[in-house]
Amino acid sequence: MMSAELTAVLGVGQTKYSTTRGDVSIAGLCREAAYRALEDACLDFKEIDAVVIGKAPDFFEGVMMPELYLAEALGAVGKPILRVHTAGSVGGSTALVAASLIQSRVHEKVLTIGFEKQSESNATWALSLPQPFSVSINAGAGGYFSPIIRQYMKRSGAPELIGCMVAFKDRQHALKNPYAHLHQSELTFEEVVDSPMLWNPIRYSETCPSSDGACAMVLGNEKSGDQAENPVAWVHGTAMRSESNNFPGRDEVNPLASRECAADVFKQAGITDPLKEIDAVEIYVPFSWYEPMWLESLGFAELDQGWKMVEDGTTSLEGGQLPVNCSGGVLSSNPIGASGMIRFAEAALQVRGMAGDHQVDGAKKSFGHAYGGGAQYFAMWVVGSEKP
Amino acid sequence: MSKSHNFRDIAVISVASHQTKILSQVNEVQLMADLISRSRNSAGLKQEEIGFTCSGSSDFLAGQAFSFVHTLDAVGAVPPISESHVEMDGAFALYEAWVKLQIGEVDTALVYSYGKPSAGSVIDVLATQLDPYYVSPLWPDCFSLAGLQARSLLDKGSISLERMSEVAMRSQKNAFDNPNGVRSSEDISLDDLMSEPAIADPLRKSDLSEIADGGCAVILAADNKADSLCDRPAWIKGIDHRIDSHTLGARDLTRSPSASLAAEKAGRNSDRLDIAEIHGITSAQELILEKEFALEDETKINPSGGALASDTVMASGLIRIAEVASRIISGQVDRGLAHATSGPCLQQNLVCIMEGK
Amino acid sequence: MTESHPSPSPLSKKVEIPESIREVEPVRSIRSPVKLVYDFVPSPPVQEYLRSYSKKRILGHRSPIDGAVFVPPRGVDPRHGVLIDEVVELPDRGHVGNFCVTHLPIPGRDDLDTPYVSAWIHLDGANVGFLGLVAGCDNDEVHIGMRVQAVWKKEEELGNTAENILFWKPTGEPSIPPDEAGNRAWDHDK
Repeated sequence: MMSAELTAVLGVGQTKYSTTRGDVSIAGLCREAAYRALEDACLDFKEIDAVVIGKAPDFFEGVMMPELYLAEALGAVGKPILRVHTAGSVGGSTALVAASLIQSRVHEKVLTIGFEKQSESNATWALSLPQPFSVSINAGAGGYFSPIIRQYMKRSGAPELIGCMVAFKDRQHALKNPYAHLHQSELTFEEVVDSPMLWNPIRYSETCPSSDGACAMVLGNEKSGDQAENPVAWVHGTAMRSESNNFPGRDEVNPLASRECAADVFKQAGITDPLKEIDAVEIYVPFSWYEPMWLESLGFAELDQGWKMVEDGTTSLEGGQLPVNCSGGVLSSNPIGASGMIRFAEAALQVRGMAGDHQVDGAKKSFGHAYGGGAQYFAMWVVGSEKP
Repeated sequence: MSKSHNFRDIAVISVASHQTKILSQVNEVQLMADLISRSRNSAGLKQEEIGFTCSGSSDFLAGQAFSFVHTLDAVGAVPPISESHVEMDGAFALYEAWVKLQIGEVDTALVYSYGKPSAGSVIDVLATQLDPYYVSPLWPDCFSLAGLQARSLLDKGSISLERMSEVAMRSQKNAFDNPNGVRSSEDISLDDLMSEPAIADPLRKSDLSEIADGGCAVILAADNKADSLCDRPAWIKGIDHRIDSHTLGARDLTRSPSASLAAEKAGRNSDRLDIAEIHGITSAQELILEKEFALEDETKINPSGGALASDTVMASGLIRIAEVASRIISGQVDRGLAHATSGPCLQQNLVCIMEGK
Repeated sequence: MTESHPSPSPLSKKVEIPESIREVEPVRSIRSPVKLVYDFVPSPPVQEYLRSYSKKRILGHRSPIDGAVFVPPRGVDPRHGVLIDEVVELPDRGHVGNFCVTHLPIPGRDDLDTPYVSAWIHLDGANVGFLGLVAGCDNDEVHIGMRVQAVWKKEEELGNTAENILFWKPTGEPSIPPDEAGNRAWDHDK
């Protein structure tokens, strides 16, 4: 039985996330992230073997299969290019498809990009295309997830303001990340609590913004990782899982696909106690309550106890044992197709010691996570400063 | 594929596909549930025994964001499965699964794709995949662009109108024996075809692919696993895909360098090919591909009728692979080439070469 | 906070605009409308469902594997990927499996006053939720496990659409315990 090729993150590139990046085209946005990732990896487009690109529904920009149009901008002409779409988890899945090209020894250096330029089209239109034969009363993602959050609150007995604490913490973290969309330096906890209720129990300030942005990574094989000039992040485990959306007995709060995906990725990485062994965590939290929910599902907290880690500051960059979303997370920047890849890339930056002001001191192992659909698509990886 | 490494032997061990002009008795989810079950059953596998699942489809074609999420119901993803999706033809999903199998951690994969172009106007839908700033706002349809391409070929003298009609005739006659062949005829003549009026001049109706609804499911297995599940697996000897520039004005439309390069990387060499299933949306494109793949008279081209006879957007490429594989599995042929294309005027191309042992 | 925004572009090469157009106002954006029309055709099970629904009858599909009932009928058991063709009729009564109080208007639904309650209604005899509005009581009174029944549109307004039920109103019956409500009612060992 052969084993997978060791895979390293050689470079990371991000754009500044904002409501409208009117100064660049879709191609310009992607290129900005790609250039920065290549610069970080000390490589040129010419040295890239293949490109893997991901984004959420094409309706967001109104361009069908935009990778075709982006072939030149991404330096892909004459090369293989793949386009991934796995709903909200797509940024993570895209990174994992890129990693599989290295792990399988098909390629040596791969450029991967996730992007969304929501300002180019009308996202409300994209998500509200009239669907025949079904009722249209579930207003967006918030309408879908709020009942699940309600169920978690009831099940765990968590205090009502835990969600606000997460939102406030992530917005504080975002102040240390120059790329983050929301830089609300004046924001107070009271303002989060007092923000309008949108989908009870979800308040406005507990939701993610809508952003333009792109995130790119250059992944390489063991040899290129050994030769890299900048520190690299080594991939210790990768996993994807999906489950159906609606079936009898489905645990929507703590989906089996999430638990099994986490168990798989931690097993590959040789991690038995994630809370002790992982130094920094980037999880996909588009609605604040998902922080404690995922901490439980992923095994960082006991069932129904995750909210206590929020309450006691465990997940804060300010001295917490397990800083979660030091970048500010999805709650502070949400270019949908890139949001998952940002989690994966930020996890890599932490173990490379290159996260700047939001660096967790001495981070050796970190965890990147993305989910999508009705909490039914999952992508995860564990990266480390040392080889596995 | 890099040459420096010995790849694991991966084979197609079972296929199921269906194409029809308009899918009306079942929806896409029901269609795929049936095809996926059939492909799994003939391989003797349950979903829990499949290591990786990958699919290809398009939201724009379906007219619905996250359309593939519904189709996951056709797989039966309970308990959860290791799964991915590409917004590409299913042939590229098969490539992703092939890569996953190369890592060596899993031995089997399910690949599927589907399309229901009858729901909308596919030529308008495909116009949205062009450069959004300079080209798409002009709404050029895919057949008109392919008409420009055919005109370039004619002007260059590398093809003739008669050659195009011969290709169209080959498609219709071959499709006659294919239950999935939507446009077929046992006895159509060259004169019949040459007298059709042009639609996207110089392309006539029969030069354009017949748009069809449908889907395809394929099971892949590695090494001994393939041998144990299938008497005569269709071994993938090489698979590769490449892309050309999107800027039509910057390309020589009479060529498809990415098709040629993908074929070379997939190991297209002087070995005899019994059949080739090539994916062109016009007769002229098939002629370009014949040249890029250096297909000789010994190779039977598009025995199924090809995409010209039934073109299920997002699945036509995977169906080409299934057509070659099923003929190898059944022992009809020993070696074949399958091809998938995407984008305007053969912009992106995948080549998969398979053989029986 | 530190204002250390990354520069908008790493491409430092300056773009030289020719003298002749230097005074021309730059194009900031272009508008290119996309209109695509799709005709969705309901498959036979959906047609049957819609026809019955217009007569105030709710049909579901029963799984051949273990008898689980899905509503609306989807033709497939999503757990096993198997086709379903057994149709069952369900009552227009059930309980609230879960719900959301939405304060935002939905595009295209100007008729809904906010805040409104959307809910997963678990019909008696069905094993998955069915999306609907809950009204006829204060929003604050809606809770997981609350028994409800359908309030249908007037006869002359019924049609082959998914919108024949105006809302679900409380029946006043005792509530289902939360642990047994919604998806949690399913017995995995069945």
